[in-house]
Amino acid sequence: MKNFFPSIPEALKRLFVVLVVLVGGFLLVRFVLPASLKDSSLHVKSTVEREMERPIRYAGSDVCADCHDEYNVKQGGYHKNLSCETCHGTAREHSENPAEVKPNLPRMREFCVRCHAYNASRPTGFPQINPAAHNPLKPCIACHKPHDPPPPTVPHECQACHAEIARTKAVSPHIMLECTTCHKVPHEHKVTPRLVKATIPAEREFCGTCHGKGSEVKETPKIDLSTHGEKYLCWQCHYPHMPEVE
Amino acid sequence: MERRRFVKKLLAFVIPGGILGVILKPSTAKAKDYDATKHYYGMGIQVNKCIGCGRCVEACKDENGVSKEPFYFRTWVERYTIKKNNEVIVQNIDPRIEGIRESFGEREILRSFFVPKLCNQCDNPPCVQVCPVGATFKTDDGVVLVDENRCIGCRYCIQACPYGARYLNPVTETADKCTFCYHRITKGLLPACVEVCPTQARIFGDVRGSASPLTRFKRMNKLHVLKASLNTEPKVSYSGLDGEVR
Repeated sequence: MKNFFPSIPEALKRLFVVLVVLVGGFLLVRFVLPASLKDSSLHVKSTVEREMERPIRYAGSDVCADCHDEYNVKQGGYHKNLSCETCHGTAREHSENPAEVKPNLPRMREFCVRCHAYNASRPTGFPQINPAAHNPLKPCIACHKPHDPPPPTVPHECQACHAEIARTKAVSPHIMLECTTCHKVPHEHKVTPRLVKATIPAEREFCGTCHGKGSEVKETPKIDLSTHGEKYLCWQCHYPHMPEVE
Repeated sequence: MERRRFVKKLLAFVIPGGILGVILKPSTAKAKDYDATKHYYGMGIQVNKCIGCGRCVEACKDENGVSKEPFYFRTWVERYTIKKNNEVIVQNIDPRIEGIRESFGEREILRSFFVPKLCNQCDNPPCVQVCPVGATFKTDDGVVLVDENRCIGCRYCIQACPYGARYLNPVTETADKCTFCYHRITKGLLPACVEVCPTQARIFGDVRGSASPLTRFKRMNKLHVLKASLNTEPKVSYSGLDGEVR
């Protein structure tokens, strides 16, 4: 036995000590230490409290309504679902110190355009304009009241009911066409819209008057009706109201 | 002698510390008017309503003090464009730039839409599993939080998150992520992104609540979550989600 121990190299003994410490440490943590020492609920609790105490910067529309009458104007208009702070920015400090801290008052054209400029990815029917063509350089608020922003002219004729189509058509290449150019609208359609329908073009030749090969209308894309589109009507593949007519 | 002094000081630190830890159990008696166990938060996102204005991204940065640099986001909005050759292009929209400059023509687009993204506050969060120091955890009300005092900035969780929802905070150099605006929701306010969304594309509420906008959203829509196959059980659900969204 005496011969056996010295035969173990010094390095191996030290390694054994390390192993004992590791295993001992594991057993200590696993079985000896009380559960409360390993409990993470204290640090969880302190983090939760720290998160809850972070400063609030957006006050919420209810706070605005306490002082500002414009809130009620907004609630009756197309912007009723907008929070005040969507346009006016953070208002918590303003609500605590109304005299000195003032929220934003965006009056620039660029501000409205961020939501209302035409973009192919925006949902169909969302009111959009082409900022380059729609009264350029004029501030939006000259015509549209931001708290109650219906268009300066009351929707009439077709767009009174078909507003979504009218808004989409307004940014499409067909903007200059009247609805009645393509649709025949009997007077009864305005009285009983579901019983008497407006017509939709039923012949390819109708679109062909502008888009056919021999058409005299200038600057429209032209196709050969006899070879293009086979048995389908034009609008079964193309979207006449959409900006990307193709 | 150096070693002996070190061991002495170590014992002087560890033993009283251990005793203190046993005595000072987490005090649950501390009265708070907010009871986390009564809530379980979730969010609904209506893809068809997002107009890609980026107000949510800005509001999130304002409210939570996220760096304004365009590569630190707690929430962000992606623009998906599926071209006619079935190529899918994903762009992260930058709210500071008006409109989105694209490298392709409108006529190449087959369909296009915006998808708002944020931390999914998974019920089975991979980020929590991988944290080597237990700095990130799920609260009683279902929100995944990060303890910035305990986080060592190893970036494991950033790698583990399948949604890319985490980033390394350049100031604290710890992992950072969406908290559902924990300081707001615990006081009955909406998260900043939900507060400012002009089209109600984001709906926030209690997933176990009875009548609420979120419950209505879940009842009226066909829902999907991102990367359902990973079994992370996200609490952010999407309606109108396209199959190309990853």
